[in-house]
Amino acid sequence: MGRYILRRVAGLLFTFLIVSIITFSLMHSVPGGPFDENKQPLPAAAKANILHKYGLDKPVWQQYVRYMWAAVHFDFGIPFQSPTETVQSLIARVWPATLQLAAIVIALSYTLGLLFGIVAAVRQNSWIDHAVTAAATMGFAVPNFVIGVWLILIFSVSLHWLPTGGWGHPVQFIMPTLAYAAAPMALVARYTRVNMLESMRADYVRTARSKGLSESQIIVRHILKNALVPLITVLGPQIPNIATGSIFIESVFRVPGLGRYFVTSTYARDYPMIMATMMLAAFLWGFVYLVSDILYSLIDPRVRLTGSSRL
Amino acid sequence: MSAEPRPSAAATEPAIVQRTLWRNAARSFSRNRLAMVGLVVVAVLVICAVVPFLLAPQSYYKASLIDNLQFPSARHWFGTDQVGRDLLSRIIYGIRTSLLVGFSVQAIAFVVGFPLGAAAGLRGGWIDWLVLRLLEIMTAVPGFLFALFLMTVLGNGLINVIIAISVTSWIDVCRLTRAQILSLREREFVVAARSYGAGDWRLVLRHLLPHALPPLVIMLALGIPNAMFAEAGLSFLGVGINDPVPSLGKMVSESMAYLSPYWYMGVFPTVTIALAMLGFNFVGDGLRDALDPTMYNNA
Repeated sequence: MGRYILRRVAGLLFTFLIVSIITFSLMHSVPGGPFDENKQPLPAAAKANILHKYGLDKPVWQQYVRYMWAAVHFDFGIPFQSPTETVQSLIARVWPATLQLAAIVIALSYTLGLLFGIVAAVRQNSWIDHAVTAAATMGFAVPNFVIGVWLILIFSVSLHWLPTGGWGHPVQFIMPTLAYAAAPMALVARYTRVNMLESMRADYVRTARSKGLSESQIIVRHILKNALVPLITVLGPQIPNIATGSIFIESVFRVPGLGRYFVTSTYARDYPMIMATMMLAAFLWGFVYLVSDILYSLIDPRVRLTGSSRL
Repeated sequence: MSAEPRPSAAATEPAIVQRTLWRNAARSFSRNRLAMVGLVVVAVLVICAVVPFLLAPQSYYKASLIDNLQFPSARHWFGTDQVGRDLLSRIIYGIRTSLLVGFSVQAIAFVVGFPLGAAAGLRGGWIDWLVLRLLEIMTAVPGFLFALFLMTVLGNGLINVIIAISVTSWIDVCRLTRAQILSLREREFVVAARSYGAGDWRLVLRHLLPHALPPLVIMLALGIPNAMFAEAGLSFLGVGINDPVPSLGKMVSESMAYLSPYWYMGVFPTVTIALAMLGFNFVGDGLRDALDPTMYNNA
C-alpha cells in the first residue's frame, strides 16, 4: 500500500511537471502578449522596461525555470489584470465564492441524488422511477448555463422573485446552486439507481431474503452497502470538477469566483493567473483521483491496488 | 439467415456473429420509443445543418437596425436580435455550426484515438507505456478547462474550436480501444489469424475492429453531444466561434443583456441547445441499450 501510494505520488509529480511545461510553452509560443500595443501605444523604452520587469524579455526556457523556481517557493507572480496584488492573494480572494457555491452544490446533489436514486431503484418501474429517470436525463443532458438562463427567465424576468445575479446574500445563492446542482445530482441518481438494481439481483440478497430479513434491513445492510462502493470512484472525481469548474454558472449569475476570473484571465492573456489556475486544477484533480482510489481499496477488500487505476 | 460464402474461412465466423448483432440492435433500437424520438430530433437537426439555405427565411448575418429587437411575429418567427438579424435564420445556421463541431470532433477522436489505442493494446511494451503516460498527462486537468486554455492560445474561430475540443476528445476512445484489444488479443480467432500470417493492420481492421466496434459506436455517438456542449460553452464564454458565423452558445450569451423584456432572445437558442442535447443523448442511450447486451435488464 505504502509503495503504491508513493508510486502514484511520483507519477502525479511527473504529470504535474509535464502539464506545467506544456501550459507554459503553449502560452508563450503564440504571438501577442499582455502588453501588446493595440490599445495603448508605448514608447519603446517603456515597453522594454515593462517586459523586463515581468521577465518577458528572456528566452522561454529561462522564464519557465524562473517561474518554477518561484512557484516551489509559493510565489506565483503578479496577475496582469490586477497588478496591486499577488496571484495567491487574488485566488484567495476569489476562490471562497467558488468553494461556497461548490460546497452547497456537492451537499445538495449528493444527498438528493442518492435519495432519488434509492427511491427509484426500490420502486422500479413505478411513476417515481420514471420521473427520476426522466429528470436525471434532462439534468444530465441540458447544459447548466441553459438551465441558468431558464431560471433567470422564470424567477427574475417573469416572477421578479429572485435577483438575476451577484453573490453574498443567501437569496442570490438559490438560482446558481440549483442550476449547477442539476447535472451532478442527475449523475448521482443515475449511478445509484443502476448500482442498486444490480446488487438487488445478487445472490447474497436472495440469501438474505430467504433467511427472512425485513425488506428495509436488506436494502440498507446488503444492497445499499454494496451499491455505494462503485460510487466512490465515479463521483469522487466530480468534486474537483465542481470546485473548479463553475465557469458557466459564475458567468451566468455574475458570481465573482475563480471560474469567472479564469475567463477574464484568458481574455487578458494573464499568464501568471492562467498558469496558477491550471496547476491548481491539475493538483486537485490528481489528488482526488488518488484519494478515491485508496478509499475504494480500503472500503472494498476485493480491490487490489496495482497500476494506475484511472485506466 | 444463411452465411454468404467468404474468401477466407477465418473471416466468416466473426462476420456472422456481427451481422446478427447489428440486426438485433436495429430491431431493439426501433422499439425504443425514446431513442426514436431522439432520432427524429437528430434528423431534423441534420436537415437544418445540411441545407440551412433552403430553410432559413433570411440571411443570418444581414443586420437591419430598423428592425432590431422585434418580438416574434409572422415576419420574424423567433424575433430579431439587437442589430436586427433574424433569429430563426441564425438558429438554423447555428445548428449547422454546432453539428459541424460535434461530428468533426468525434471523427478526429476516432482517427487519433483508435490507432493509438490499438497500437498500445496490440503491441504492448514501450508503445503501451508511452500511450498510457500520454493519457495520464492529457487527463491531468479537466478537459473543458484545457479546451478553454487552448482557445486563448489559438484565438477564436471554427477550426480552432474543433482543434481545442478534439485535443481531449480522443482520450476515452483510445482508452476503450486499448482495453477492448487487450481483452480480445488472446482469443482463438486472433491467434488463428496471426498463425496464418495476418499482419498487424489486417488483424486490427479485419478481426479486432468488428468486435470492438459496438462499444466504440456507443462512445462516439455519446461524444457528439459532449462536443456540441463544449462548442456552445466556449462560444457562450466568448472564446469560441467568431462573428458573423452564428453559434447557439454565442446567441445565449448575447441574449443575457436583453432578457428583460426581450425574453425570446434567450428562450429560442436555449431551447434549441436543450433539444439538440437531449436528441443526441437519447440516440446514444438507445444505441447503448441496443448494442450492449449486459445492459438489457437495467435499462
